[in-house]
Amino acid sequence: MHRIVAKTQLSPNVTRLEVEAPRIAQIRQPGQFVIVRRAERAERIPLTIADANPQTGTITLVIQAVGKSTRELVALEVGDAIRDISGPLGMPTEMIAKGRALCIGGGVGTAVVHPIAQGLQRRGVSVVSVIGGRSKEWVIFEEELKRLGEVVVCTDDGSYGRKGFVTDAAKEILAAGGIDIVYAVGPVPMMRAIANLTRPFGVHTIVSLNPVMVDGTGMCGGCRVDVGGETKFACVEGPEFDGHKVDFDLLMDRLATYRTQEQESAARCGDDCRIGLQK
Amino acid sequence: MEKKLSPKERLAIQRQAMPEQDATARAHNFAEVNLGFTEQLALLEAERCIQCKDPKCVNGCPVHVHIPRFIDLVARGDMASAAQSLLCDNALPAVTGRVCPQETQCEVECVRGLKGKPVAIGYLERYVADWAMKNHATVAAATPAPQAATGRKVAVVGAGPAGLTAAGELARAGHDVTIYEALHQPGGVLVYGIPEFRLPKQIVDLEVKRLTDAGVKIECNVVVGRTWTLGELRERFDAVFIANGAGLPVFMNVPGENLKGVYSANEYLTRVNLMAAYEFPQADTPVLVGRKVVVVGGGNVAMDAVRTAKRLGAETATIVYRRTLKEMPARVEEVHHAEAEGIHFEFLVAPLEVVGSDKKWVTGLKCVRMHLGEPDASGRRSPTPVPGSEFVLECDVVVVAIGTRANPLLTATCPELKLNKRGNIEVDENGMTSIPGIFAGGDIVRGAATVILAMGDGKNAAAKIDDYLRQAPVVAR
Repeated sequence: MHRIVAKTQLSPNVTRLEVEAPRIAQIRQPGQFVIVRRAERAERIPLTIADANPQTGTITLVIQAVGKSTRELVALEVGDAIRDISGPLGMPTEMIAKGRALCIGGGVGTAVVHPIAQGLQRRGVSVVSVIGGRSKEWVIFEEELKRLGEVVVCTDDGSYGRKGFVTDAAKEILAAGGIDIVYAVGPVPMMRAIANLTRPFGVHTIVSLNPVMVDGTGMCGGCRVDVGGETKFACVEGPEFDGHKVDFDLLMDRLATYRTQEQESAARCGDDCRIGLQK
Repeated sequence: MEKKLSPKERLAIQRQAMPEQDATARAHNFAEVNLGFTEQLALLEAERCIQCKDPKCVNGCPVHVHIPRFIDLVARGDMASAAQSLLCDNALPAVTGRVCPQETQCEVECVRGLKGKPVAIGYLERYVADWAMKNHATVAAATPAPQAATGRKVAVVGAGPAGLTAAGELARAGHDVTIYEALHQPGGVLVYGIPEFRLPKQIVDLEVKRLTDAGVKIECNVVVGRTWTLGELRERFDAVFIANGAGLPVFMNVPGENLKGVYSANEYLTRVNLMAAYEFPQADTPVLVGRKVVVVGGGNVAMDAVRTAKRLGAETATIVYRRTLKEMPARVEEVHHAEAEGIHFEFLVAPLEVVGSDKKWVTGLKCVRMHLGEPDASGRRSPTPVPGSEFVLECDVVVVAIGTRANPLLTATCPELKLNKRGNIEVDENGMTSIPGIFAGGDIVRGAATVILAMGDGKNAAAKIDDYLRQAPVVAR
């Protein structure tokens, strides 16, 4: 059992949970994730480790409440416990040793970008982050990323930072030159747009994929993605891949596999699960 | 006690049939198919054993159960002693009594099979094992205490059949055993792979409980290779037994395999068994319930998958296999059960492509008919395509059950561990790997095999680990 020691609402549907997981807190590296099963009969879902504190033995999970499983997770309160957490899983982020990195986060993906930026900064790489959300209240991890370098905030409606998509800001930074690598995590269309944007600049671009997973150890193959014409299992060979080689259409399509079932599940879960979905 | 039967009377008794759930009913539920012997059937069947002086059946058993000994005790009606005898040889008898291919192991060696049918060893094993579970207190009280604690610590990687068996043996020898399991529940293939209707999960839980009661510690959610490296385990323990299983699913490598509706058998069965997707939405994990399901493959896993599809509600559930019934590696009993449940078989058919809609859902499996040519290296006649015989089998779910290959997750983090070219761990005659003190067994060594062969590896490795620990000097940690 993994006790929740802190809980914060980051945006209307994104919650941060700090959870006891001492071994994982000790050894996790940027880019790695855990598989979480809230309780008996709950789903196993992959969640990126947004941060960790080896001293307190806790890891930070940032969860966007979209379906029954995630809504029930964010409905947990401090003192409650998560039944199973397995990890750290996946390959650590491929880091550059020196130079300047552009880290791009969209929505909840910003939480995944955070440990990458943290890792880069610790190695002495200069980090510039571009993060975005629909409007001000949807922007997360701005303060944390500011501690690691320059941050450009974008909102779709212009209610905070600059108006427009992260791609617009990213394009200007790339055009100015000096970027050695790009890390982009966010909704699939955003990652695809970033990959298309960086391609003509010839800048290596790493994206973090979020396909459906069950075991997280390579056993089921449900998380298969196409990278450069080869099938890869995101749980063991990823979740991060070369964005210029990823078949984003396939990823998008496979993510829709259980849409009907997800709706059925969410409809059944009723009032309890609206907790975590303010408004 | 009844009077002893004459040999003639003994030989006159016919093999007793396993009572089973009606085929039409069971094709729509997940309850166990085989119902188990009654005491009366067990006593009668046990009388059929002629107690050979040199019992060949024991040699046929990978864990060398003293078969005539426990059957004799059943015939005498002394179930407590029969249970004791069986449990002494086999850590998981309620499992093996259900899933072992007895027809190719112990029963094929039975002298009574020369003229007529062999003794139903598997059914009797199951009867005794189930009796032991129902009479847990009696059995526990009579179980000999483990040997004095040796102070030696052993780590076991994987709580599947090999790992559980090794752990039980090592604990009995007085060692301090910890099993690390990657999933949230112990059992390995017994819980994620073999369906409820063949092996109820409660049976696995009870077998596991017997081991933990005997002092075996199990830590779930620990992925060795990620959470701990093998090197770290080697430092913390006096010996390590790797039994992390078969690993990665093999796909067909044909176009359309990433369409929605194509599953590996591992994923399909894990969703339904471990995650209880057959109870969705009461359980949270979904599975696509196909109207027409095609399962590619001819082994036990393919049979489990296709029978699962039927139970989930498929109108048609079809096996596609490129050879014929005769070459199918699945157990005869499983094939018979599948046929009775209305499973279709397409023999001499090989898949070419998964066909999909414009929305990328599976709509069919394009296949070609095959004919059998000359026997290949494995002795099986190799199938070759019949030109111009292509056709599309309409379906909305395809399950690929054509095998697994070694999972590199653990081995990749330990380069000094010697592997063969297929990625399986190499071991010497003592089951020891290229690293002293690290042993391995089960599917990670053999490639995908059976539960009982993995258990045999676990039992043998435990004996060798015990020898190793008794010879090795005590090193202060």
